[in-house]
Amino acid sequence: MNLDKIIRELDLKLLTDPQDYSQIVPSGGYASDLLSCVMAGAPHQGIWITLQSHANIVAVAALLELSAVIITESAMPEPAVIEKANREHVTLLSTSATTYTIVGKLWAAGLAAK
Amino acid sequence: MEQPERQTSVITDKSVEYITRSEELAYELKIDEVMTHKVKSISADMIMRDVVEMFRQARISGAPVTVGGELIGIISMEDLIRCLSHNDLDAAATKYMTPKPITVKTTDPVIEALKLFVSSRVGRLPVLDSEGNLAGILTKGDVSRGLLRALQRTYQEEELRRYRASHLFEDIESDRSSLILRYNIKARDFTNGGSASSHIKRALLRLGANPQIARRCGIAIYEAEMNLIIHTTNGGIIRVEIEPHQITIDANDDGPGIKDVELAMKPGFSTATEEIRELGFGAGMGLPNIARCVDNVKLESTIGKGTKLKMKIFLENEEAVGESHSPNQETIKA
Repeated sequence: MNLDKIIRELDLKLLTDPQDYSQIVPSGGYASDLLSCVMAGAPHQGIWITLQSHANIVAVAALLELSAVIITESAMPEPAVIEKANREHVTLLSTSATTYTIVGKLWAAGLAAK
Repeated sequence: MEQPERQTSVITDKSVEYITRSEELAYELKIDEVMTHKVKSISADMIMRDVVEMFRQARISGAPVTVGGELIGIISMEDLIRCLSHNDLDAAATKYMTPKPITVKTTDPVIEALKLFVSSRVGRLPVLDSEGNLAGILTKGDVSRGLLRALQRTYQEEELRRYRASHLFEDIESDRSSLILRYNIKARDFTNGGSASSHIKRALLRLGANPQIARRCGIAIYEAEMNLIIHTTNGGIIRVEIEPHQITIDANDDGPGIKDVELAMKPGFSTATEEIRELGFGAGMGLPNIARCVDNVKLESTIGKGTKLKMKIFLENEEAVGESHSPNQETIKA
């Protein structure tokens, strides 16, 4: 399933500059608020679901080449974080739903863990 | 030119590279460079029947409506369907056109048009020149073709740059050549956390490193970098020595030092404060992550003196960097 479909079906808000998301196919997913766990566990080009919204999520997402970060419970990154994400070509998405809900919806949509 | 691989389930590193480059190009290219210049336009006195005939003959699915070069509206398939459902083909084109369409300027970067395609869901954008006259029309197809043409041009330049870097060591004669990169890391500088590791990762890719190895190095160095930011008194230095068959990474600081090195290597053990943990650090996975990503890790620490972390990654023949057999084009699965 491509990222464009995920953004539309889960009604996610795009925080970074738009790209052609129909060409991006996430490889899987990972949910955690602890960055080192993400470093160890998130699949290359997967989607990461977290409550964290500070600048270091961009560094982690860029290093792991994640296809997107979904920030849950309306946690809002600072403008500088969004700017950094644009520079690093990291996609940040926002939702008011909880991490649990988003993971459930992604799984139901067919994006199961590897 | 070589096309990026299209796969449904796995995006390769190579295709990601293409995607990234095409995004950059979307900022650099001007709409004028990719739009269709010779536009079939509908004059205000045409009736819808003429419009259908024009679409059919020109094999197009939409066109702007103009009066003496000035844009007054646009007719797309949706407008046409509306007209057909009313069985009203003899109506004036102006009756069914969408008036005052969203426009872009010839000098706008292509990214502006891409944003409009996404936000407004229109299929074509009339392009106006500096005087406000219709200069052309832009569809998503024009953008794709324009980007592909530009990619083809820049592909050769990037290939040459990569080729030079990936043969760095071949042109220099010595008994043992290496490239040393140094990064000063400031304590508590969370804003720049991860920038040294991402720079190193990029350098390795330029030198022709296997993407998987560049990623492993990136993760290990990120953890070392964050340790310097979180735990040290005065920050520290990351030094990376790149040789064709090994990468040696040193992260050194001058204090405070680790009390129990063995405990520090244990997954889940952390001395991070509550404040640091709230930022998502302090999972106690930093050093275990490093150990997982590199072939060899050595941690020495003296309280009051500082910590020396040495990591090594060995490269097999076909993984060598800066030499001709460096594989660049490998397809890596997640």
